[in-house]
Amino acid sequence: MAADGHDLAVVDEDPEALQRLPEAWPGRFIHGHGLDTSVLVEAGIATADATVVCTDGDNTNIVIAQIARKRFDCPCVVTRVLDPARAAFYDRMEGVQTVCPTTAAIDVMTDAICATPGRSSTAA
Amino acid sequence: MYIIIVGGGKVGSNLTSTLIKMGHEVTLIEGDRDRYALLEETFEHVVRPGDATELFVLERAGVERADLVVAVTGDDEDNIIVCQVAKEKYGVPKVIARVNDPRNQQHFDMVGITLTVSATATILALIEHELPQHELVTLIDLKRENLEIVEFAIGDGSPAAGKFVRELNLPSRSRLISVTRDGRAEIAIGDTQLAPGDLVMAILEPGVEDDLKHQLMPA
Repeated sequence: MAADGHDLAVVDEDPEALQRLPEAWPGRFIHGHGLDTSVLVEAGIATADATVVCTDGDNTNIVIAQIARKRFDCPCVVTRVLDPARAAFYDRMEGVQTVCPTTAAIDVMTDAICATPGRSSTAA
Repeated sequence: MYIIIVGGGKVGSNLTSTLIKMGHEVTLIEGDRDRYALLEETFEHVVRPGDATELFVLERAGVERADLVVAVTGDDEDNIIVCQVAKEKYGVPKVIARVNDPRNQQHFDMVGITLTVSATATILALIEHELPQHELVTLIDLKRENLEIVEFAIGDGSPAAGKFVRELNLPSRSRLISVTRDGRAEIAIGDTQLAPGDLVMAILEPGVEDDLKHQLMPA
């Protein structure tokens, strides 16, 4: 996103997370928890065009996504939900898009399997 | 009633025993294996293992026929998700959630979980209640009715001291309920005269607190 010239702010409760970003990374880094609305405000959520929620906790993500959508009226909210069932349920919620890496991985793997001829066809 | 309790800590397990004694049908869901093993010794088939934020766990516990779901885990996000899913996906008529961090109360309100219990907030209110010269203290928050019952002390410098209730220019969306003096409470009527040291209870709609304070407390 930064390479495409977007204005970015990253929120993480681990200050070390900043180390993973390249030194020349142009965005802002805010140390804090995404459930803390003052941290979100500091990150500029009130004027953000899009919010991406991808912590390692499904439930945390779903709650933060709803805060971005319902409290701050963010026009585009995308969130990571590993559990396919919860991802499907919350994807129906207006204004919140869920991305399920589990389903995506299953799809890619299924495609890879189906694209490979099985033993019987090579033997034939 | 059929009640599902999520979270088998001290709150969840004691709640389960009490509700069973009251004759309700209860299922307790506990996510931690070791804790589950311990609970199973006491509760046997009543307790089930699993993460209740996974939909199939709730489904196997019979969420679709539950009259009430109570989420009392130590994790606010989990409590929010359990209650929201129970209500919106499975149509459970009533949900109650425990709020661990009072700062998260707003998130419960946001998703429409109106019945919440917060030990920290309750204890804070009790402490405020016991302190002299306290400000407006919310005693009961009736979210569904959009009303609050508050209490406050009439201080020496209060503009209401010495006045009759009927003389007060109270906000229209508020009423005084009672006046407690020397440990004795009376219903507040027009002829009740307020004096410094009185504890007054009032019912009001959220939003008129400041108007009420202005009328009754020293500036």
